[in-house]
Amino acid sequence: MFFKWLLSIVLIFVSGSYLYSQSILDLLDEEERTDYTIATFKTTRLINGHSIETNAGGVLLFLIQHRFGRLNGGAYEFFGLDNSTTRLALEYGITDNLDIGIGRSTFEKTMDGFLKYKLLRQSTGKKNMPLTLTLFTGIAVKTLRWQQPNRTNYFSSKLYYTFQVLAARKISTNFSIQLSPTLIHRNLVAVKEDKNDVFAVGIGGRYKLSGSFSINAEYFYVFPNQIVSEINGEKVHNSLSVGVDIETGGHVFQLHLTNSRGMIEKFFVTETTGSWANGDIHFGFNISRVFTIVDKTKKKLEEEKEKRENG
Amino acid sequence: MKKTVLFFAIIALIGTEVAGQKYFTRSGHIWFYSEAPMENIEAHNYQSSSILDTETGELGFTLLIKGFEFEKALMQEHFNEKYFHSDKIPKSTFEGKILNLSDIDFKNPGVYNAKVSGTINIHGIAKEVETMGTFEVKDDGKIHSNSKFQVALADHDVKIPDMLKDNIAKIVDVNVEIIYEKLDK
Repeated sequence: MFFKWLLSIVLIFVSGSYLYSQSILDLLDEEERTDYTIATFKTTRLINGHSIETNAGGVLLFLIQHRFGRLNGGAYEFFGLDNSTTRLALEYGITDNLDIGIGRSTFEKTMDGFLKYKLLRQSTGKKNMPLTLTLFTGIAVKTLRWQQPNRTNYFSSKLYYTFQVLAARKISTNFSIQLSPTLIHRNLVAVKEDKNDVFAVGIGGRYKLSGSFSINAEYFYVFPNQIVSEINGEKVHNSLSVGVDIETGGHVFQLHLTNSRGMIEKFFVTETTGSWANGDIHFGFNISRVFTIVDKTKKKLEEEKEKRENG
Repeated sequence: MKKTVLFFAIIALIGTEVAGQKYFTRSGHIWFYSEAPMENIEAHNYQSSSILDTETGELGFTLLIKGFEFEKALMQEHFNEKYFHSDKIPKSTFEGKILNLSDIDFKNPGVYNAKVSGTINIHGIAKEVETMGTFEVKDDGKIHSNSKFQVALADHDVKIPDMLKDNIAKIVDVNVEIIYEKLDK
């Protein structure tokens, strides 16, 4: 009796070990990692405004921007192409999360500089973060000569400051949106009723149609009763832009239509005089090219080699 | 009869308790090299996981596509976003067996040549492969393993645009360098 029982136990054990065959990969139990979102946008600009993207550490970005005249200038003005304004800029990734940049616009001979710091990164897995948050601070100096040199002019009148808290979410592989609360401080304004501190909020997004091509849109809403004066007899409007991104190897070409003439925050947020309804639309483009200045992988390869030889 | 049954009972019960000898790593170094007229590209992954069962000869690897580090950050981004779609297919795996297990004595220090065959899964597409490699059993009980093989990108549905055909090789060299440690379980 006992042995019949023992025989059945043996048979159960022996058959049991043949019943479940596991893949050896199942034994590699998963260590939970944090998966950081990459490529929320193709480059550091959405259209006019900055995106949350910063350059990788050791990478230099060269940016050429053009905005032409108004399309409603007609054939004589060659639909604005005869009248272009340019900005040249360099942006450098000090680390993967900190960018420093410098630029110069032909428009009012303005120099600008900025710092951009990626505070939070969107991620899933071990660390869950729903969005990427980048802080932006910039300064612009209008270097045009004084219109009335005999007046008491202050250098500080030429200065403009920008502060932004950029927040974006990559919703899917193809779709990302961003919110850009902005504060522009002007030391000098035209009339008393104009506010020195102008608050605005930008909203924009991109939709990827292929690996290399996306459509982008951007709108900056300036809260009411902050800018009263007109510029050259025209009221100030909110900036609205639509465009496409075309990426090839190391270049990103951004082509767009916008009602803003200027390419830095103080221009397109607080000094946009074009109105889409009137056809005051400017064709423009940004071309960026990245260069790897510091190769971090060489150092790591050597470190890992040493670890291997000693381990 | 009774003695035979008892004998087999003991064997069976002992058999199910002895675990295979498993060796393991989470910091395997896997890297690939692409040679093309316009440029040569290499990328290194220092965090692949691998398990080796010296008793059965079974071998498994898994790695994250996002773990490959390139010299150019933009190239790393394109590799993930455009070519390997790592947000949809995050991992690449290999599952196989050492064919000449009897030629390898994992208990004795020395260098042994091995023939391995199995299934490699890249970009969601599996393929049967066979390759040579070496296992070096060290005095401290660790096992160093090296292997080299080739992967044809088209076999795994990785599409390279015509514009970049001189920048990215159609067939890429893959190198594997692992230091296994005994798994205590």
